[in-house]
Amino acid sequence: MKSYMLPEFNVYRDLERCVSCQVCVNQCTYMVHYYDEEEDLVKSREENCVGCLRCAMLCPTKALKIVPNPTSYRENHHWTRESISAIKVQAESGGVILTGMGCDKPQYTYWDRIVLNASQVTNPSIDPLREPMEIRTFLGKKPKELSIEAGSGRYSLTTELSPQLKLEMPIMFTAISYGAVSFNVHESLAMAASESGTYFNTGEGGLDRRLYRYGDHAIVQVASGRFGVDPSYLEVGAAVEIKIGQGAKPGIGGHLPGEKVSREISRTRMIPKGTDALSPAPQHDIYSIEDLSQLIYAIKEATGYAKPVSVKIAAVHNSAAIASGIVRAGADIIALDGIRGSTGAAPKIIRDNVGIPIELALASVDQRLRDEGIRNEASLVVAGGVRNSADVVKAIALGADAVYIGTAALIAIGCTVCQKCYMGRCPWGIATTDPWISKRVNPLIASKRLSNLLRAWSLEIKEMMGGMGINSIESLRGNREMLRGVGLTDKELSILGVRHAGE
Amino acid sequence: MRVSNLCGGVNALGSRVRRIDEGFFEVDAGGLRYKELNTILRILDRRRIHRVRLINVEGQRYIGTGLRNISEIEVHGTPGNDMGAFMKGLKITVYGNAQDGCGNTMSSGEIIIHGSAGDILGYAMRGGKIMVKGDIGYRGGIHMKEYHNLKPIIVVGGSAGDFLGEYMAGGIIALLGLNLDGGSAHEARYVGTGMHGGVIYIHGEVRHKGGEVVELDLERGDRIVLEGLVMEFSRNFDMDPEEILDREYYKLLPFSKRPYGQLYAY
Ligand code: SF4
Ligand code: SF4
Repeated sequence: MKSYMLPEFNVYRDLERCVSCQVCVNQCTYMVHYYDEEEDLVKSREENCVGCLRCAMLCPTKALKIVPNPTSYRENHHWTRESISAIKVQAESGGVILTGMGCDKPQYTYWDRIVLNASQVTNPSIDPLREPMEIRTFLGKKPKELSIEAGSGRYSLTTELSPQLKLEMPIMFTAISYGAVSFNVHESLAMAASESGTYFNTGEGGLDRRLYRYGDHAIVQVASGRFGVDPSYLEVGAAVEIKIGQGAKPGIGGHLPGEKVSREISRTRMIPKGTDALSPAPQHDIYSIEDLSQLIYAIKEATGYAKPVSVKIAAVHNSAAIASGIVRAGADIIALDGIRGSTGAAPKIIRDNVGIPIELALASVDQRLRDEGIRNEASLVVAGGVRNSADVVKAIALGADAVYIGTAALIAIGCTVCQKCYMGRCPWGIATTDPWISKRVNPLIASKRLSNLLRAWSLEIKEMMGGMGINSIESLRGNREMLRGVGLTDKELSILGVRHAGE
Repeated sequence: MRVSNLCGGVNALGSRVRRIDEGFFEVDAGGLRYKELNTILRILDRRRIHRVRLINVEGQRYIGTGLRNISEIEVHGTPGNDMGAFMKGLKITVYGNAQDGCGNTMSSGEIIIHGSAGDILGYAMRGGKIMVKGDIGYRGGIHMKEYHNLKPIIVVGGSAGDFLGEYMAGGIIALLGLNLDGGSAHEARYVGTGMHGGVIYIHGEVRHKGGEVVELDLERGDRIVLEGLVMEFSRNFDMDPEEILDREYYKLLPFSKRPYGQLYAY
């Protein structure tokens, strides 16, 4: 069948600059660039280009320009280029369209319609450079009250505390599984989490033995396929997360195609080499809140009640009621992943249409748990498109204890959000298990980049808090008075629990 | 060792424990909450006791979970859900019926059930053996997978509920159908749905099979494997292996290791 697809990108090579060094030829994993020996010229097959920009960034003479193809379909507001080309792809293949990364539609982002407060005159702002500023965060169940026993001149706490995770900043690396990304990326996340005093999440693909030494900074995930889950895996992590859902694809499962299940991946997932690793949508031992509770306590029994158990769900219509059930089921942490949550591979139609924005889900979950008097029973971690430190501050003011970042972390390593992770040939060496390509991520350098990002955001968070006259993250949490909406309807404001700017 | 010492801080629980022999203790589980019972087991485990008999078990969950040293548990009564969840290297024998989630995500060890068992028996187990004398519920052996030198095995003497071996990615399930009288079929439907590894041996027809499996006759190698399992099964439950083996079996194998390869437009 003749394809009616237009190339997405044009590749321009400035022949005056090009020195035929073939760096681009070697770097492109989609075979866009090739060397024509007869003409002694480097040329391109631009129909293969995904716009990852690896070549443009590495070209020593900056000879390359990668430009979105201006020749498009006759698009209009309704029939966009995206919708037209999707139909052509499907008419030619009869298949589900896959994509990677998070939803790219503008209408779901509330962060940009919320602004932060700052002190003027009446209460002084604080200079974080000279005054102590506390952003250390503890995740886990908190007691309703503390009882203290006074001895002779000494006081001791008699309340039994639940296990907690200690974060030096309210930011963690979200669940990204080995298999979806290369070993080097997993190691980079693990190293950066250890260095920075926070946690990385293994995702549902298990934890390679070589990374067990970072176990103190790992949250190990248990999902429907139970990949790589055995007693030593549960034992090595600092916390265990039960994955029910994921923001990029609520309600559906996932699978790692057999060709990506290499020897190493098979070892980590503890499955045979070359077989599809299927993670069905439901965990068939969980059909109710009672069943969820059963798995939570199975994990607690298996780990001697020594570590917090988190439950991750996708933000959907009745998240608040579900979250209440999760708390009552005994979870110590709830992780909420919004509609912009990222993925290595998901059907595009699901990614872009199923679930709700994290801002709304967060506000309603926090409110519901407060109304029911059980907010202290579990910490709330949110994920799904957190792009900068302001998003973090807004999330905390809306009621989150901490955030998970995924895409932001990968961008720090090199990702250019080309959304082609499902191809398994990420030219940045991230979303791939190909040993040759994954060498492009050097864990020493990548973890440094990640640690730098966390440091930078921490500084900014302190600046913003100082500006509000707040010196402890505790006083920011759920402090919606620090937020105002811009251009939001009354309904949106009431769900977010914030007033409109000017009020 | 004195029993009250044994239970240290949990003295009230100490009265439940009785020493039978060197390294062999009996625990009266009657009326205990699962957390209390499992606390006792963990304490015994830490003392490197290797054999425990539980009497009057009344539906307490997670028996056998999180233990390292105990190598044998006898269960008298009815254990609760998730018995042997995440279990490693332990042998549990149940003199009665077991409930749902037996052997959930177990790594190794053995579970012998003298009665019947509930749903999702051996969910995602990747090693070890479960033998059930009677019937099992829905989704037995779901997500079972073999790996390296680990090969999970489930042998069921009676019949099974729907979705037996769903998403199975390795290991062996043998459904012996001992309670089928001549000509009757297993009630199970959707057997082997989503299966992409391992093998299911069956005596007797099932009502419906998943689209991902093919039915084949046993080969010599299969016969040897099945014979070994039946010998073990009969030893466990004191039955005559000849009688069991002297019947027709067939096997279900997955079409492919990649059942959902053709779904996507790239
Ligand atoms: S990397 Fe740049 S200079 Fe080298 S061949 Fe490619 S376009 Fe030419
Ligand atoms: S991880 Fe790689 S493939 Fe995925 S969006 Fe980023 S650059 Fe593209």
